[in-house]
Amino acid sequence: MVLHPTSTSDLEAAFSSDAAQQGGVIARGLGRSYGDPAQVSGGLVLVNDAFNECSAIHPETGEVTVGSGVSIDTLLATSIPQGFFVPVTPGTRQVTIGGAIAADIHGKNHHVDGSFMAHVTSMDLMTPSGLKHVTPTNDPELFWATAGGMGLTGVILRATLTMLKIPSAYVAVDTTRHRNLDEVMNEMVTGDDRYRYSVAWVDCMTSGDRMGRAVLTRGDHAAADLVEGRPGPEKAIPTAPRLGVPFEAPSGLLNRLSITAFNEAWFRAAPKNKIGGIESISTFFHPLDGVSNWNRLYGSRGFVQYQFAVPDTAGETVRIAIERLSASKVPSFLAVLKRFGAGTPGPISFPTPGWTLALDLPIGPPALPKVLNELDDLVAEAGGRIYLAKDARLNPVHIETMYPRIGEFRAVLDRVDPNGLMTSDLAHRLNLRGKN
Amino acid sequence: MQDAFGQPQTAICFGGTSEIATAILLRLASERLTDVVLVGRDEAGLEAAADRLRAAGIARASVITADASDPTSAGPAVERAFEAVKQPVDLVLMAVGMLGDQELDDDSAERTATMMTVNVTWPSAVLAQVRGRMVAQGMGKILVLSSVAAIRTRKANYTYGAGKMGLDGFALGLADSVRGTGVTVQIARPGFVTSRMTAHLKPIPFSTTPDVAADKIVAGLSGKATVLWSPGILRVVFAIFRIVPPMLWRKMPA
Repeated sequence: MVLHPTSTSDLEAAFSSDAAQQGGVIARGLGRSYGDPAQVSGGLVLVNDAFNECSAIHPETGEVTVGSGVSIDTLLATSIPQGFFVPVTPGTRQVTIGGAIAADIHGKNHHVDGSFMAHVTSMDLMTPSGLKHVTPTNDPELFWATAGGMGLTGVILRATLTMLKIPSAYVAVDTTRHRNLDEVMNEMVTGDDRYRYSVAWVDCMTSGDRMGRAVLTRGDHAAADLVEGRPGPEKAIPTAPRLGVPFEAPSGLLNRLSITAFNEAWFRAAPKNKIGGIESISTFFHPLDGVSNWNRLYGSRGFVQYQFAVPDTAGETVRIAIERLSASKVPSFLAVLKRFGAGTPGPISFPTPGWTLALDLPIGPPALPKVLNELDDLVAEAGGRIYLAKDARLNPVHIETMYPRIGEFRAVLDRVDPNGLMTSDLAHRLNLRGKN
Repeated sequence: MQDAFGQPQTAICFGGTSEIATAILLRLASERLTDVVLVGRDEAGLEAAADRLRAAGIARASVITADASDPTSAGPAVERAFEAVKQPVDLVLMAVGMLGDQELDDDSAERTATMMTVNVTWPSAVLAQVRGRMVAQGMGKILVLSSVAAIRTRKANYTYGAGKMGLDGFALGLADSVRGTGVTVQIARPGFVTSRMTAHLKPIPFSTTPDVAADKIVAGLSGKATVLWSPGILRVVFAIFRIVPPMLWRKMPA
């Protein structure tokens, strides 16, 4: 059952309803998760869209208090004209503040600025044991358990965060092409520190010498004098998508052949070495938002996302993972490779220092489930982990190895939610509460 | 909770001593299956099947006894099984069946009544109760083990065939009735399977083993087909058998 609560009393009533008592409760934002963290079979889903208030942005400190149902899209539309940017944005603007906290999302600036929760100073959280105003000092355990806690500590109502002051609505971007994975990884290790934003798009369909060829884009907000004469920030507000996918494509449209061709065209289209290109915020940060309903390209079978993080000492894992995928003939779109900086104190927050690789894999190839099981083993052995916010198929046996501090997380849940009211299909599937 | 590839973690099996059912559960155990409840009449047989599942890595396998010849036990058995799982139930496997002995069944009201109760009345009653629980969950798979015998009854085992025919038809209707609820129903129609149930019979063409049948059914579980034939060729064979003239059909040997 899905409800749209509008007040704390609605939430209290929802918590004590039969549906919640029998099947549990989870909050949902825009419902764009790749997996099952915002659904609960037989329980109650609470959509946060009524929590949509947004305070003025403090002109000096950049502090703003926003409702959990406000999307990054909406927040940017008001903040960019005032010269502020969200401190962390994922590859799409279609996520809510509640979702950003629950997944402790990261962006292209993680190696410099950390994850979303590093910029949150307080939040209002409706737990099954009552409404709490939580800060990193008044209840650090609950605050950090909520960071990447997949919504299991309660329903987030609003949060205060510190926005980033920006000199213009543009990004100055350096783009470089790299022949193979080793080359691009070297470049990222030695050069990423010079950029606030950095991400590499890696081709997983190539092998041999060109295995993991990549396009690396790095940049920072462009200084005002660099973009003189260009349209002002009001024009940089993200507009509605220009392209759309009107209907579901047949499953299998995205196959080995079409994806290889796409990756080839994309690699050739990228400049070999372009320094100081000026891009709009939308183009640089949110390329997928330019095409509405892009997921329909995958057909009715859909796709899975696979994202892992491994420490620097296990950088080899990235290469082995791409080799395995390439060898298994499982088609995969461009993979996204990034470096992670220091993580937050969140016990099950995903980002940890080192590398992260994200893959989009169409469902269909019979070998896919097995290949991903093997990658799980590889990642777990390397001391790495899978991103829960994107997972839809991890073998739960790995959870305690990948998230060794999950015990601290469970202890917080036992305190604020002793009856185990907050739950989700993801929590059941991966036994996040440790009660299966 | 089943994953993006449709692999179940929790399952209830009615007819828990069925060899095909055990073979299916063993295959799922090598993927994500960790919790199984076996329901059946023969407690020792259920415990033996549970032991095999535990040895294959099933973390929790438990046993509930219920008598399929008593229709009033169907509803309570479902409730007890769902309570025992404690989590959402991803898969319900209906594997109850009784081949009978046609020569003895022919003239016996009592035996025929029992055959019909075990093969169609009790399983259908269970599925009705399961439907309510699964629709309330908003997700789950129901797999009904039917038989090619359900396509056309024949002299050698018409009592069994008529029972399976009833269950197969019930399951097809059930599949249509749950569309859009998140619950799906699949019907497996294996051919002659050499197992304990058929040990006294002579195998016929296209006969198969529980392991081969299970491979086929498990592969079908992650697909979208409502009816799973095993071996696949039987779909064609029985399309022909359906239109064989009665005077010839009567002469079909065992």
